[in-house]
Amino acid sequence: MSADGARGASTDGRLLEVQDLKVSFRTEDGVVQAVDGVTFGIDSGEVLAIVGESGSGKSVTAMTLMGLTRGPNTSFGGRALFQGKDLVGASEDELRKVRGAQIAMVFQDPMSSLDPVYRVGDQIVEQIRVHDKKISKAQALDRAAELMEKVGIPRAGDRLRSYPHEFSGGMRQRVMIAMALVNSPKLLLADEPTTALDVTIQAQILDELRTLREETGAAVILVTHDLGVVADIADRIVVMYAGRVVEHGTLDEIFYDPQHPYTWGLLGSIARVDRDRSQRLPAIPGMPPSLLRPPKGCHFRPRCPHAFERCTDVPELAARLPDAPAHLDRCWLEPEQKRKLRQVGDQIGLASRETVIS
Amino acid sequence: MSVEVEPQTDGAGAADRAPLLEVEHLRVLFPVKSGAVVARTVGHVHAVDDVTFALREGETLGIVGESGCGKTTLIRTLVRLVDATDGAIRFRGADITHADRKQLAPIRREMQMVFQDPQASLNPRKRINQILATPLKIRGVSKDKFEPETRALLDKVGLHPEHLNRYPHEFSGGQRQRIGIARALAVEPKLILLDEPVSALDVSIQAQVINLLDEIQDDLHLSYVFVAHDLGVVRHVSDRIIVMYLGKLMEVSPAEELYTKPIHPYTSALLGAIPIPDPNENRSRERTMITGEPPNPINPPTGCRFHTRCPRATDICSTAEPQLTEYSNGHMAACHHPQNVTASEVVSAVRSDASPHSAGDERPST
Repeated sequence: MSADGARGASTDGRLLEVQDLKVSFRTEDGVVQAVDGVTFGIDSGEVLAIVGESGSGKSVTAMTLMGLTRGPNTSFGGRALFQGKDLVGASEDELRKVRGAQIAMVFQDPMSSLDPVYRVGDQIVEQIRVHDKKISKAQALDRAAELMEKVGIPRAGDRLRSYPHEFSGGMRQRVMIAMALVNSPKLLLADEPTTALDVTIQAQILDELRTLREETGAAVILVTHDLGVVADIADRIVVMYAGRVVEHGTLDEIFYDPQHPYTWGLLGSIARVDRDRSQRLPAIPGMPPSLLRPPKGCHFRPRCPHAFERCTDVPELAARLPDAPAHLDRCWLEPEQKRKLRQVGDQIGLASRETVIS
Repeated sequence: MSVEVEPQTDGAGAADRAPLLEVEHLRVLFPVKSGAVVARTVGHVHAVDDVTFALREGETLGIVGESGCGKTTLIRTLVRLVDATDGAIRFRGADITHADRKQLAPIRREMQMVFQDPQASLNPRKRINQILATPLKIRGVSKDKFEPETRALLDKVGLHPEHLNRYPHEFSGGQRQRIGIARALAVEPKLILLDEPVSALDVSIQAQVINLLDEIQDDLHLSYVFVAHDLGVVRHVSDRIIVMYLGKLMEVSPAEELYTKPIHPYTSALLGAIPIPDPNENRSRERTMITGEPPNPINPPTGCRFHTRCPRATDICSTAEPQLTEYSNGHMAACHHPQNVTASEVVSAVRSDASPHSAGDERPST
């Protein structure tokens, strides 16, 4: 596998530059603005985590990059420049050349993303031969075995002939990763790759992803709701809420100096194995808004105990800390206020307005 | 046969009360059938294999383990949704292992279950008040009291009482789980068995439901058996934690010692696998990684079931099944080579009555 990754970055700085991406779905009940102006960029060799709850638009963002959300009822806005070429406006043909070759995706559920009636080896071979017409079937099989070996599948040669149901969940996810790696992609989109797996297997898969990033120099966009996984592997984090990016910063910035109340709430909500158990968890009250009728202004306003009048205007995603120009957030509060407000007991969390009522 | 009742470290006073639920040498085997015309039993899945524990009143007992370790089968057996192959289950001293429907009815009033998937466990064609009416009827509430009772229940679980005429699909996942909890509470139980009650929910909603369970427990003096794969969540809610692997108890630990003093290497491996949402902490801590996947439960390894993946395994581990050894503070582990215990602790440790019948007499050594 050649280290193509590094070369990819040469076109105009960043490998991928998403600018003001908008995705909306027309439904019977009205228009759902699933992604509402998302902006971020990623360099080769970097792991960017997109964090958020169900319905925050994180998966739609990732799938849109692959052209998987296209349909008669979907409309798009903004751009996603991959090596300078726009993916949002690209034709199906153009996309097909990028998809699987330069950008690959690993989905959450390894059972439903493999075809149950084809042998695992044949599925990988198909992926190889779609993008490399010259390779013979035998060569492709060898390559498939090599890839399976690489992602930690023991006795890969024998297991080429297995069907997906003969594999465990973790092994299936390894097959998915092997398939994604077939053409040495420059960008790997991993949508909740470990959510369906046990923790011990999750740790193994994350290790695998880390090694691959180091070996191939590929960039990884990791979509997840698990901040533990993020802390383990990410370099930078984009926090999404109800279709918008509410905060964007490096791993340490988000964990140790979070600026948006939603991020505080997320951090506080986790029951950690290493923490004192005596306190109640500072939970986020209520639930995410319907994207059919999102609240006016800041989308987090109805759940935010610190909201004030100004929050009915949408805050810009901007740097609000003088010493961290790349740490962006969408909150009107002053950094000084934030530092005080986010402290709940001895940890960061969302202070409660009252007891939780949903 | 006495069942170990260990003094609890926090929640004073609980120690002298009799156990609410006792499980003795419980085994649940599922036959594996094969054959085109006549299905013959070719083996058994050892889902729960000689498990002994007791639950005290007011206590929360957590059960953790990877998928396939038998944790869900175990609690389904406790409410008799699955029949035990062997062993005994006692509720307030009464043996319910083979009780029939009629005998079980009053016990089910005291022992309720909340399921993992709130979507699948609520009847989509019934309104919330209808869903809650059945348990209320069982409790003997008169019909004219149904509405105020239902409202009170919804209020208790943090839902708007006005929503009693809605259907399950009109609620979000977290709200549905609250309905599941309300349904369990409707019969005024003493014990609630929770099977992965928050794993289908988003973290912020998880925290809400965990807090709700906490509040209800304080209010109504309930006991919980809380099954989950998320060690962080289990540790947060539980007083004592059982770690299971391939149908066996590996460790029974007071919740506060689980992270600081894991005795069984499998527990350390589980803890090590969990990424901590704190970058510095994550970078600095030492993590034992285990390789491979759990073996097939139809043909579990001999001796200690974890020996095939254990970094500390020696010859003895593959030949002799370790006894469940009781260390200080009611902390028990089934391991020949325990960690985080001093030599003197090992010497003063005793074989627990909860040890499986098949366990050997070998003493643990560090």
